[in-house]
Amino acid sequence: MTDQSGPMTSASVIPVYDDEVVRKFVVATIFWGVIGFAAGVLIAFQLAFPALNLDLEWTSFGRLRPVHTSAVIFAFGGNILIGTTLFIVQRTSKVSLFGGSGLAHVVFWGYQAFIVMAALSYVLGFSQSKEYAEPEWFIDLWLTIIWVIYLVIFAGTIFIRKEKHIYVANWFFLAFILTIAMLHIVNNLAVPVSWTGAKSYILWSGVQDAMTQWWYGHNAVGFFLTAGFLGMMYYFIPKQAERPVYSYRLSVVHFWSITFLYIWAGPHHLHYTALPDWTQTLGMTFSVMLWMPSWGGMINGFMTLSGAWDKLRTDPTLRFLVTSVGFYGMSTFEGPLMSIKAVNSLSHYTDWTIGHVHSGALGWNAFISFGALYYLVPKLWGRERLYSLRLVNTHFWIATVGIVLYISSMWVSGIMQGLMWRTYDELGFLQYSFIETVEAMHPYYVIRGTGGVLFLIGSLIMVYNLVKTMKGHVRNEAPIGASTAKA
Amino acid sequence: MTLETLYDIARSTWVVWMVLLFSSIVLWAFLPRNKKRFEEDANIIFKDEENGAKNHG
Repeated sequence: MTDQSGPMTSASVIPVYDDEVVRKFVVATIFWGVIGFAAGVLIAFQLAFPALNLDLEWTSFGRLRPVHTSAVIFAFGGNILIGTTLFIVQRTSKVSLFGGSGLAHVVFWGYQAFIVMAALSYVLGFSQSKEYAEPEWFIDLWLTIIWVIYLVIFAGTIFIRKEKHIYVANWFFLAFILTIAMLHIVNNLAVPVSWTGAKSYILWSGVQDAMTQWWYGHNAVGFFLTAGFLGMMYYFIPKQAERPVYSYRLSVVHFWSITFLYIWAGPHHLHYTALPDWTQTLGMTFSVMLWMPSWGGMINGFMTLSGAWDKLRTDPTLRFLVTSVGFYGMSTFEGPLMSIKAVNSLSHYTDWTIGHVHSGALGWNAFISFGALYYLVPKLWGRERLYSLRLVNTHFWIATVGIVLYISSMWVSGIMQGLMWRTYDELGFLQYSFIETVEAMHPYYVIRGTGGVLFLIGSLIMVYNLVKTMKGHVRNEAPIGASTAKA
Repeated sequence: MTLETLYDIARSTWVVWMVLLFSSIVLWAFLPRNKKRFEEDANIIFKDEENGAKNHG
């Protein structure tokens, strides 16, 4: 029996958790993940080989790009976030879900409907032309309803908890859910042209619209892709390493520094635009201050393993989780650096930004999600262990090589592109025409696409492994790290 | 002094309030007498589990 002597844990019986809906979110995560990665590979090769646009409006880069971004961020990322929040909040509150399984299923199906509606609308040519907020007004309203139900379930579960303290992961999750609700509503304030048509006009105009959009856009990164996934980090890394987080006090400071600072960083997306200079400088300053939570989180994640580093040798799931913290540290170091105006004047509008985003999205978000999936599936399906740990290891290395190809090629390509744009000849004219920069980037686009293919293959290996695990199969294999003949 | 002028003063010095608020949070987190409770809080995640997996066959 577990020790249940903590304060206020009067109910020594652990409740039966509502895990059916979590299982559904896990399956949806895996499904949309593969779709999103495949869409990414396709549009990466469209950039290298434009013929792949197929000369059809529905398959052109402009329409498929939001399909890719929404599929990976909102479908893959959103499903793993909602699934893990519902999994974790029950276990750290010692109660089953507020509103019961039925209400949680409304969120599940409602959210999948949002994803399908959004993707279809992009392909058919409807878009608000706001990055990461492309869906038109009626889809936004739908998501608002679903999101509020999700908030009610999550906050309600915390409210009826049987554990005195709210575990830090739940703070991050609550910040994520609340902030996304606020951002989504404000950035999508639009007036539909008619009640029966999809087209709408946004309430703001000019630079106000741009600023609102990037207040939204950057905080979607901050609270969806950072705070939400940090909540996962604070649960899964200690769990998988079987030791409490390195410093709970640091996690408190980490949480509050993120919530205090992130909301101001958006203007760095609008350097050297019509946005007032003071606003740009403010955005840059707060972005640089974000190094504080960046290091706080990285130290806390890494140091949780102090004294247990050997586990990395034998536990590829933990390897995914810990490597994701490494990428979190790297990309949140790079981000503030790129927000500095002088650096931004070189990096903005180039592939460097794309590389930066993907070191965060692939290395941090996807890797911690893979780690969470490998942790969750055996637990949720009542299996003793994964089908194959060796396949987890294979997935890890293929995906890691894929990421390295992606981010290094985009980094080189981006800096080259930025430098070519600003090179003058001896007469003061621009040295290179735009098409020359495009030509120069071609090889890097091919390398990037290849990295994407490796990442996609890795995810397919994961699908195979997890499906086998769900079915209860166990692969007959030598354990990882067992002393081989050489040792 | 009307509420409005009070509001204006508070608003023009918001950065001071934020810094004070944040500093007190840091202080609270690292106060030696809170050390024990935070160590206990960190262990919340290990209090259940076992039967979590057993709920489903």
